[in-house]
Amino acid sequence: MPADLDTKVITARFGNEAAKQIAEYEKLGGYQVARKALGMKPEDIHAEVKASNLRGRGGAGFPTGIKWGFVPKGAEVVHLVCNADESEPGTCKDRELLYWDPHLLIEGMIIAAYTIGAEENYIYIRGEMMREVQVLRAAVDEAYERGYLGDNIFGTGKRCNLTVHRGAGAYICGEETALLNSLEGLRGQPRLKPPFPAVKGLFSDPTIVNNVETLMNIPAIVDKGGEWYAKLGPEGGRSGGTRIVCVSGHVKKPGVYELPMTITFRQLIDDICGGMWREGTEVKAVIPGGSSMPPLTADELDVPIEFDALMTDERIRPVEVLRGEKFDMGGGRELRTMAGSGGIVVIDDQTDIVKVCWRIMKFYAHESCGQCTPCREGTGWLEKVCKRLAHGGGKAGDADLLATIAHGIAGNTICPLGEAAAWPMLGFLTKFRDEFEAKCASGAAA
Amino acid sequence: MPVESTSLQFSPQARQKIDALCERYPSKQPVVLAALHLAQKEFGALSDDAMRLVARTLELPYPHVFGVATFYTMFRREPAGDNVLRVCTNVSCMLRGAYDVLEGLEQRLGIKVGGSNDKFHLVEEECIAACANAPAILCGTKYFLDVGVDQLDEIIEYLQQNPHPESEVA
Repeated sequence: MPADLDTKVITARFGNEAAKQIAEYEKLGGYQVARKALGMKPEDIHAEVKASNLRGRGGAGFPTGIKWGFVPKGAEVVHLVCNADESEPGTCKDRELLYWDPHLLIEGMIIAAYTIGAEENYIYIRGEMMREVQVLRAAVDEAYERGYLGDNIFGTGKRCNLTVHRGAGAYICGEETALLNSLEGLRGQPRLKPPFPAVKGLFSDPTIVNNVETLMNIPAIVDKGGEWYAKLGPEGGRSGGTRIVCVSGHVKKPGVYELPMTITFRQLIDDICGGMWREGTEVKAVIPGGSSMPPLTADELDVPIEFDALMTDERIRPVEVLRGEKFDMGGGRELRTMAGSGGIVVIDDQTDIVKVCWRIMKFYAHESCGQCTPCREGTGWLEKVCKRLAHGGGKAGDADLLATIAHGIAGNTICPLGEAAAWPMLGFLTKFRDEFEAKCASGAAA
Repeated sequence: MPVESTSLQFSPQARQKIDALCERYPSKQPVVLAALHLAQKEFGALSDDAMRLVARTLELPYPHVFGVATFYTMFRREPAGDNVLRVCTNVSCMLRGAYDVLEGLEQRLGIKVGGSNDKFHLVEEECIAACANAPAILCGTKYFLDVGVDQLDEIIEYLQQNPHPESEVA
């Protein structure tokens, strides 16, 4: 049955302060699925996850079951790492999920670790999330006390250790190979791929890195079946389950909502979020999946929030480099936008779009790890040029200059932080070209 | 490898935490972030000596520890006010007035962004994952959400009475 507005796969315990304690979590049925899973064959669990069409909720939307399948057969030591380094601007779901339901994450990790054969497992949590670090440490301690983690989990003789590993402030550590380096006690700089982490990851062992929300969906999938989960998604599609979106910006009711993936941006803004925050304002732009994704304009809002729709729906104008020249993602593939991390930022028509773009570029310039020249230098240049445009010092040709710099970054770096800056830059330029041009002209005249 | 010489010592409690964490990894190196958090808690900042202590404790070269410590934004080389106010100004917060909040705090605290007085340290922070309650401020384990400039006096007063140092979590 397709999901509706009342379907709550992983946010059912939101608002229940007691549920972060193991007694209440168990009273509500918690850890029953882990018990059941440990009696199943790992390959049968894996088959359910594949059938579920669960896609990674960290940003890339890669099918989780397929990712798990990349662990080499017969590997002796395997690790599961939960990426809880949420820091993509506009995204605030994992922090809420960690705070309200830490045991659901632990239960999901126990099942996932058993399925892929992992015994030494880690949660890499963002350093700034101090409240959530405390909640998570307490929950992990409780699970150890009850024997749900450790050397003999649930009395089955199986081992599952779980360590909360706290970061120390670096957006780049959300990139999975940077995260692994940080976990190993190095600077958080990304690794060249291949080899991919599933083959050679943490401590050079095969490692699966999954996002918080992704792992929290596992218990429901094992409980009710992959087919049930797949059918929650759009009919005939490739995206199972619901989606947690974080809506921020200029709406009346910003919030973290669990929604069917068939809902459109317009329904989301008008029906769920109560419309625009101030009377008389209209939507100018919507960032659909965290600040690294190209924006939608007011006439592109009838598209659903689902992964594939945002990449392929022809109602979304493809991103251009220079006027009329489409950005090529490789093999002639056009770039529209992506569902990313679920961070939806609504921007009203009273907003200076160039200033918004400057703030986003300032972020990526600050967070570039400095390893690759196109990103280290390019993001800084993007910030500088956007800054002078936003503050009245723009020069003729600055819009083309921004496009050229962004195009020079994309595809030329080790990790996707380069694209994370270049894509929104090109997206804003494509869709709000006149606003940038006006700033070039006014600066040049002054 | 030369053993780093330093006049500093970890407290027994910190030493115990570090030793327990070392059991969780195949080597001591992955404990470097936790040890740096603890060193910053115990010594107020990561002086050269504090980093030498971390290096000696984990049997790592000092340059390695220095390289790691200076990569991450939560580590500081100089002591700072107890309450670290992390004011998000990223896009969602900016759209709802974060720069007014930041300016309001500068005025009320009499310090500039990046500066400290005896009780507060003011930081312009990147997204703190509280976008649906923008503008947001983080101070240790405490979030201040949907902040208006008119609430700043109250927030400052609250933190003066109830400090929320980040070191609580180390």
